[in-house]
Amino acid sequence: MRVFSALLIGLIFGAGIAVSGMINPAKIFNFFDIAGTWDPSLAFVMGGALVVTFIGYRLVWRRQRPVFDSQFHLPTRKDLDPALIGGAALFGIGWGIAGFCPGGAIPALGLGEAQAFIFVAAMLAGLWGMRLLRSLKG
Amino acid sequence: MTEFTPILSLAGGAMIGLSAVLLMALHGRIAGISGMLQGLLPPFAKDWGWRAAFLVGAIFAPVLILVMTGWRPAFDASTPTLWLVIGGLIVGAGVQLASGCTSGHGICGMSRLSARSIVATLSFMISTAVTVYVIRHIIGGF
Repeated sequence: MRVFSALLIGLIFGAGIAVSGMINPAKIFNFFDIAGTWDPSLAFVMGGALVVTFIGYRLVWRRQRPVFDSQFHLPTRKDLDPALIGGAALFGIGWGIAGFCPGGAIPALGLGEAQAFIFVAAMLAGLWGMRLLRSLKG
Repeated sequence: MTEFTPILSLAGGAMIGLSAVLLMALHGRIAGISGMLQGLLPPFAKDWGWRAAFLVGAIFAPVLILVMTGWRPAFDASTPTLWLVIGGLIVGAGVQLASGCTSGHGICGMSRLSARSIVATLSFMISTAVTVYVIRHIIGGF
């Protein structure tokens, strides 16, 4: 039940990505291309997601614990370190080049598009490589 | 050009939010895609099951929509293969360093009013906009 519910929640996420247009790299490029063929749609994606999550989280946190776990797993770090800011900036460069963010690319695999498979393979290599590099540095 | 789709985008965004809320309510977890992917790469996260299931569901969603409604979302990826690979490597490295991406920082973290997530989101939104500007208006596109 625990794993099956995660599958259903993933299905809702993927459907949201598909319906919203986040699955389409051209829409990503046009959202950021304010000086050119601007398409503000993705502000509505962000707005809709933030309103629901902001309110929903607060309702959920009134409970003592989640249904399938003994506690909520929330990040505890507060420091604004260079890895956070630099890593996010790096991510943005890649997002601007490819038009895929991780959450957009995964459902795009389901469309059977070759570009999504190429991107996801490279992204996994980058993710794994950077983690290896950081673990070697300690 | 892409068509402005405020209603569909708002509805899709609300669905993304709903999935984040349900994952918190049932599993107590942040719906961050890069974090889930990282848990499925060696060394594997101990409880990889829910992560794998979530991602399988996300991949299967467009297929299910197509089968049930006959609707296939618009998809137009114009980036040449070499640049897709470079972009993918950069995205993977960047989200690992930043401990999150659009979903984990941009939606879940911002909804928690996490300072780290707000700063990360500002950082990647600005750098994406600059990158798109450089590619489209300075280099003149791929």
